[in-house]
Amino acid sequence: MSQHQLQQLFEFEAGREGFFGEFGGAYIPEILHETIAELTTVFNAAHKDPAFWQSYIDLMSTYSCRPTPISYCDNLSALYGVQIYLKREDLNQTGAHKINNVMGQGLLVKRMGKKRVIAETGAGQHGVATATMAAKMGFDCTIYMGAEDVERQRPNVFWMEQLGAEVVVVEDGARTLKDAINSAMRDWAGSMSDTHYVLGTVCGPHPFPLMVTWFQSIIGQEAREQMLTQVGALPKRIYACVGGGSNASGIFCGFLDDEGVELVAVEAGGLGLDSHQHAARIASDDAEIGVAQGYKTYFIQDKEGQMQDTHSISAGLDYIGVGPILARLHQQGRVRFEAATDNEVIDAFRVLVKNEGIIAALESTHAVAQALKEAPQLNQTDKILINLSGRGDKDIFTIADALQDKKWNEFLKNKAKNL
Amino acid sequence: MLNEYLKQKLDGESLLLMTHCVVGYPSLDANWRMLACMQKAGVSLVELQLPFSEPIADGPVFVKANQAALKQGLRWHEYFDFMAKAAREFDIPLLFMGYYNSVFCMGQDNFCERLKTAGAHGYIIADLPPEEATELDNHAQSQGLDSIHLMTPTSTDARLKDIARNASGFIYCVARKGVTGSKTELDAGISRYIERCRAVTQLPVALGFGIKTPEDISILKGHVDIAIIGTACLEAWEHGGEGKYMQFLQSLHQATLA
Ligand SMILES: Cc1ncc(COP(=O)(O)O)c(C=O)c1O
Repeated sequence: MSQHQLQQLFEFEAGREGFFGEFGGAYIPEILHETIAELTTVFNAAHKDPAFWQSYIDLMSTYSCRPTPISYCDNLSALYGVQIYLKREDLNQTGAHKINNVMGQGLLVKRMGKKRVIAETGAGQHGVATATMAAKMGFDCTIYMGAEDVERQRPNVFWMEQLGAEVVVVEDGARTLKDAINSAMRDWAGSMSDTHYVLGTVCGPHPFPLMVTWFQSIIGQEAREQMLTQVGALPKRIYACVGGGSNASGIFCGFLDDEGVELVAVEAGGLGLDSHQHAARIASDDAEIGVAQGYKTYFIQDKEGQMQDTHSISAGLDYIGVGPILARLHQQGRVRFEAATDNEVIDAFRVLVKNEGIIAALESTHAVAQALKEAPQLNQTDKILINLSGRGDKDIFTIADALQDKKWNEFLKNKAKNL
Repeated sequence: MLNEYLKQKLDGESLLLMTHCVVGYPSLDANWRMLACMQKAGVSLVELQLPFSEPIADGPVFVKANQAALKQGLRWHEYFDFMAKAAREFDIPLLFMGYYNSVFCMGQDNFCERLKTAGAHGYIIADLPPEEATELDNHAQSQGLDSIHLMTPTSTDARLKDIARNASGFIYCVARKGVTGSKTELDAGISRYIERCRAVTQLPVALGFGIKTPEDISILKGHVDIAIIGTACLEAWEHGGEGKYMQFLQSLHQATLA
């Protein structure tokens, strides 16, 4: 297995632990220092312990359908003139890659002997995954979710509550993912002696970016092997959507050593980069390097460092910052950043569902949209791999709305009338 | 520098008060009147918070205040203009309080320059750990600015030593886990904690987070040098305006003497 560069991420210069180039770090209120130190110690020990990774693989193969397959899209490939493969993270337990990170952190929580987990959630996928882990592993669970996201993703709120989690609706700030992260950090600052914060993406203070990347690297490790054994070649390009960047980091990490494989990260282009209503931290000129939520990276902020509102049709990509490891890989020219707009995503959603019978999450569909846009640049025999990070059932309200589906609206009206 | 000023003050008074304003909330005019009350009531130090959109160390009252100040359009130049004006008008030493992104985006040199020009005495940065602060601290201290570091009850003794290393002015001891705002139970644990902090520093020691009443102040006497009251002051203003605010500050100051 080729994992040289993934391992290199773990090697820091003296005094620069947690930094990837200039990005990352742990900019936290002092009260959290000891908890973060404890987590770092437990994580480092787990990383060095092959038995830990094996227990993780075993858990994921019996509880979450791992390894998830890669699917060849014969219809789309014929239509677009390029060989298209999907890594099917949508087939995971709870319907997205988020469960990988969560189950891994759950195993660490057991090692730390803590009894309660908290998490932020945007789309609700990470919240559902965390609530699922808590139910299975026997932890108390509180999920913080922005009020605007609660409106967009009510079904996931329902499931979190069924799973036994308390869902706290966050009314601060922009009432989205970033505000949910702030609230979770505040909870943690008071509760850390028995509580672990299950951060849902490759952001926040060290060791989260590295730890979440490590757990998600299961995607890339499987995908590389599957491409070699089932397809007989590595892909020319890999596409993944980027909210905080965990599914992208996960799949990219399997291929960092393969210089011939181009890695394409797709951010939320929202209403278009010129509209400034998007969440493209690297693909647009609207972001600057800053420090917030515990780490240094590109943030969508103004000249005085105040975070600006972001926009995306997908709650899971609607976030101000981007993982520090991805920011570094971008700076090194290893990952190319692009953006897909809301409209491109809706079009790609229809193409994928009609031709391949796959209902993709709107987040994941950003990667599909970008791949389809770039297909004309490639040859018939070129292979591309798209990380299909999650399934789209949760998006039924948003998608029906975007498609202006009259029958769905009538159904909702009738439902409401009968309440 | 502040250390000298505080030691002098502590010759006459056994416990000093430090209070807090979120600049721009409820308005610059209200902040001005708050400062006038502080001066009259005998406050010894004040933190002027530069609002930030992601105040992770703050509780609900200050979160709301940060947001409202930004919504009303508070920018750096207004913050520093206000600070400069306040430094000219009042005798209470002023401290910058805020989050690291503001400093980072301003640039460290520019930040120190602006603090000096405005007449501030130092800074408290809620999310800058000491190991990341070294460069800023050295630069600031060479210019006569104090860098106030935070100690916490969860810090190990080794960590307390690290925190003390580049600290100047005084030490800000966080009274408990959590964020600003909710009440702290002052018990025997606190005095053991303060002893641990004193063991690593000669600087005056301040205690903050959840100090709310004159009774709290009385308990702190003899343990710490400075009591920090933040949220409770703003709450007094919000509930009863300037009159209540003044009364509250006076009751706190009274408790330091009794
Ligand atoms: C299906 C899906 N894909 C992608 C994301 C974005 O997160 P990340 O960039 O960490 O993969 C989310 C976040 O909620 C998601 O639910």
